[in-house]
Amino acid sequence: MRLARVLGSVCATVKDPQLDGLKLLLIQPLDADLADIGTPIVALDSVGAGAGETVYWSGRREACFAFDPPVASDASVTGIVDSLAGEQT
Amino acid sequence: MTLARVVGNVVATRKDPRLEGKKLLVLQQVAPDGQLRDHYFVALDTVGAGARERVICVAGSSARMASGMKDTPVDTAIVGIVDDINLLPEDR
Amino acid sequence: MIFGRVVGDVVATRKHPSHEDIKLLSVQPLDRRGKGRGAPLVAVDVLDAGAGDMVLLTLDGWAAMTAVGRVPSPIDSAVIAVIDSVEWDEPEARD
Repeated sequence: MRLARVLGSVCATVKDPQLDGLKLLLIQPLDADLADIGTPIVALDSVGAGAGETVYWSGRREACFAFDPPVASDASVTGIVDSLAGEQT
Repeated sequence: MTLARVVGNVVATRKDPRLEGKKLLVLQQVAPDGQLRDHYFVALDTVGAGARERVICVAGSSARMASGMKDTPVDTAIVGIVDDINLLPEDR
Repeated sequence: MIFGRVVGDVVATRKHPSHEDIKLLSVQPLDRRGKGRGAPLVAVDVLDAGAGDMVLLTLDGWAAMTAVGRVPSPIDSAVIAVIDSVEWDEPEARD
């Protein structure tokens, strides 16, 4: 899994029916100092994360298992980070 | 599958119980013409590879298809020791 | 598998049910010289690795889920060994 910050949500009316009712988030990947790294990506939310929160997300094929039944996702937010190495996030 | 050269081995006392008695080797990726690449990784040895030998590795979930690897949580396995590589003259 | 260095614990109250009761670690992937490479990963750990430990990480989903006994689940990286030492066949391989 990798760290990211939630930038906001993404609305899409026309989408794969499997994704109906699921929240799409725009997340910014973070480096070790919690500074932005790379391009923001769209991830499915499985934990109820909101804008500004530090989260971790699962990638690749494993992302689909955040949902039951599995859905077409290659990035799913699977946790909200309270603290990292003893530091509040 | 990738070609690599054995450059070291990993000593770990605390490890997944399914790795007990198995050998973990440090590998350096190598091109077919023998040139070493600046890419290192660790693989589980299933064929008895030794220092400096050129080997064939399987990566990803396929690694668990190697002999004796069922339910072993590793992502790279050594499945062969290279005797020789025959290339067309223009690829050498 | 790749080498990593444990940076510290990741504490998350709200997380996917499959991650409950499993320790999460922030792990910095390393190059062969032991220097950090790329962004840190969040990996599951059942070997009780601690900050500063050098560990072996799997980045394959099936291997990571199997390591913690939760298949299938949204887990893509796990600690599978705490490394005591690396023995290089040739000193120059490390440098």
